[in-house]
Amino acid sequence: MDWRFPGIRPQLSVWQKVDSFARQSFAGASTALLLLTVAAPLGLPGQAQLLEAIAIACIFFWSLFRPSCMAPPLVFALGVLADLLGFAPIGVNVLTLLIAHGLALHWRRFLTRQGFLTVWLAFIVVALGAAVLQWVLSCALMLRLLSPIPVLFQAALAAGIYPPLAVLLTRAHQALAEHADE
Amino acid sequence: MIRLSIQMRQALSKLTLPVLIAAAFGLMLIGKADTVLAERARMLLADTLSPIYGVLAAPLASVRATIENAQHLVTVFADNVRLREENERLRKWQAVATALDAENAMLKANLRWIPDPLPSYVTARVVADAGGIYARAVLLSLGPNHGIAKGQIALDDRGLVGRVTEIGSRSARVLLLTDINSRIPVILETSRARAMLIGTNGIRPRLLHWPEGVVPAEGERIVTSAEANAFPAGLPVGIVRYSPGNIPEVEPAARLDRLEVIRLFDYGLRGAASPDAPNRASDRRR
Repeated sequence: MDWRFPGIRPQLSVWQKVDSFARQSFAGASTALLLLTVAAPLGLPGQAQLLEAIAIACIFFWSLFRPSCMAPPLVFALGVLADLLGFAPIGVNVLTLLIAHGLALHWRRFLTRQGFLTVWLAFIVVALGAAVLQWVLSCALMLRLLSPIPVLFQAALAAGIYPPLAVLLTRAHQALAEHADE
Repeated sequence: MIRLSIQMRQALSKLTLPVLIAAAFGLMLIGKADTVLAERARMLLADTLSPIYGVLAAPLASVRATIENAQHLVTVFADNVRLREENERLRKWQAVATALDAENAMLKANLRWIPDPLPSYVTARVVADAGGIYARAVLLSLGPNHGIAKGQIALDDRGLVGRVTEIGSRSARVLLLTDINSRIPVILETSRARAMLIGTNGIRPRLLHWPEGVVPAEGERIVTSAEANAFPAGLPVGIVRYSPGNIPEVEPAARLDRLEVIRLFDYGLRGAASPDAPNRASDRRR
């Protein structure tokens, strides 16, 4: 859709509408599907941390490179899904993911012009901050001093999972952009 | 659609994020204040997913079994030696056990002993890990009209697993004895001293509050105590192991890391309230 000329927008056919809707919802749907898959009984060690790591990595990536597909309400919904799937105190993931989304948007102008390494470093900072926030919130909501090691492991896992995930998501992002131009 | 001016639309889009962040705090408060609502939402999702995960469980288990078999292939010789020794040892114990069993039966016959009623139980498949970062729990897939109640006791083939904390229409969540909210009254089998088994989210829960003058011995068996009327007496829990820091911990008898099928027993005990869902610790303390 061309937003530069709002007055002269051509009427879209049904298929074009379906196509654009599919394009719009790909980021959210693929993230939700990934979360559901990771919550399945795969028997992986650290699966609970993997769920959170994937959630933050996907949301950071899409917020940075395709923010129109990752609107705040969608981040909110994905946060609720992650909370319910991860049996975490409700709201903890919602808040951390929204803040990660906000930071990605805030640094967007700077980061999208940088190389992969800078983006990755920025993501590591965000993931670490999110982990600490999650730990503080979990302690506050459970009224108990919990060990910070699981969330630090989660941050490390997120840092490790970001490069391969970014490769996959960049492919998807390019495919979405290419066909949209046709 | 309502037509808004561009400035208005931009202002609104800038407001969305702060409003949603505030909503996230609100959600946290609601989740904390109304735990039943959060629990219901969670179990609704679990109910929807548990049949899907149940279907997935079989192929996933076979993949895992193949990997395990491959690993066993490496250690097959050492395993064989170990098993031969163990078999020798167990044969002796079997002789002792049959003799004791016969003696016990005879004594009970002479004493007009009224046997404990056999508890009813159902068997359920574990479909997913329902722990998250700060909890240790598993999700069970159940048929509709399952009749499972909160507080029922879960055992695997070797020992105590935990208790049912949340129930949906097709699934139930069992809080493991390693969870940080788990408190189980136990008896040290040799000294008959009472103690509490307290979960730490680690692999081995801690043993606390044993009476003065008694020291839990390394390797001593731990069984449940009927105190507080939450558990029947004598269910096998595990054995005492001292940590490197000289803290008595319990190695659970149940294989908590590879639960596949669990038996849920209804002992008809309605004593102490069932353990709470992980984010409900504060309610219980009040």
